[in-house]
Amino acid sequence: MENTENKIKITLDGKTIYARKGSTIVEAARENGIYIPTLCHFEGADPKACCRICTVKINNRFMTSCTTPVSEGMEIENNTEEINDLRKSIVELLFVSGNHFCPTCEKSGNCELQALAYRFKMLVPRFPFSFPRKEVDASNPKIVKEQNRCILCKRCIKTIRDEEGRHYFAYKNRGQHLEVVLDPVLGADMPDELAKKAMENCPTGSILYKGKGFEQPIGTRKYDNQPIGSEIENQS
Amino acid sequence: MNKKVIATTSLAGCFGCHMSLLDIDERILDLIELVEFNKSPIDDIKKFTKPVDIGIIEGGCCNSENVEILKYFRENCKILVSLGECAIMGGLPAMRNGISVEECLNEAYLNGPTVQENHEKIIPNDEELPIILDRVYTCHEVVKIDYFLPGCPPRADLIWNALYALVTENPMELPYEVVKFD
Repeated sequence: MENTENKIKITLDGKTIYARKGSTIVEAARENGIYIPTLCHFEGADPKACCRICTVKINNRFMTSCTTPVSEGMEIENNTEEINDLRKSIVELLFVSGNHFCPTCEKSGNCELQALAYRFKMLVPRFPFSFPRKEVDASNPKIVKEQNRCILCKRCIKTIRDEEGRHYFAYKNRGQHLEVVLDPVLGADMPDELAKKAMENCPTGSILYKGKGFEQPIGTRKYDNQPIGSEIENQS
Repeated sequence: MNKKVIATTSLAGCFGCHMSLLDIDERILDLIELVEFNKSPIDDIKKFTKPVDIGIIEGGCCNSENVEILKYFRENCKILVSLGECAIMGGLPAMRNGISVEECLNEAYLNGPTVQENHEKIIPNDEELPIILDRVYTCHEVVKIDYFLPGCPPRADLIWNALYALVTENPMELPYEVVKFD
């Protein structure tokens, strides 16, 4: 029998689950084999709640589940038609507000944004394309920073640091001109492992590790055969 | 049952989607039992000779001729299907969007590293040439599109499943494995 000591009871899509005190809704759901999509939120970093893809409905109010802690008796709607359509529209907005040309992207098949589009059955974005002009920075010896694919999730800024805690990536400009840049001085001596990790932590193909492209054949990539989130839903 | 009439065209595309259509392999024999092709590069019929049930569009619109043909298809087809990345999202041709036409033409004909002999600095401008649009437009930005089948190219199984469903007037089943953007 499940040990419910130090746990609180919540309802997720009508199902009663037990969650650790102090955990967020995303964590509680994952620990119970329920997938709530996240893009800007990344394990090991403070949640930022900027992408809104993890939006759920609590007591008839939309809230982000990556920043909302569970509380006793909370009733949460997650996998409903309304919320999934909202999430789909967020994915569509991200597609039209950048330049996401999947066939030319090394990250295709392993991209979380693309995988969410597959999961929510996006065949075409319902919003007008903006085709903004954004630059590619390939000046670094290890990394290509492809701003066209950046969704400004801040995962690279939060997770890629050197031993002294200095950030390799940073935000530049504001508002619609906001972009992520790689520090040219610090980035010049970036260790290989960290450069690979930066590519791995990026949910899209905005950060690419130079020297090896299209490593995995089509059909064997991460999201080719199983939708994103299946690893959580299929855990026993 | 009367055979459904199908037409296809390639606008600003690379013909990869048409190649993928041929990749349905021996199922093409089943298809030919069910459909009749009208205007299409496959049979080289240039103009519609009868009303068409299903029009399949590959590629987006990068010039005035593409827009003209797309509108011609919309007028003559009951159902219009956008096939592939270029038709749906602009694809590779749309990578020029955000760059001005002047800059593109200068790069292609005057300043590009592969331009070798253009001493008179001519940019093709014959009146018979279609006009390049300010940017590449996806098909649904120009006319109403009824169905979208993504992929670059779309998987042959996706094309077959969708086409079979449309021809037999059954609901479309698009399994996860076959709906891909690349």
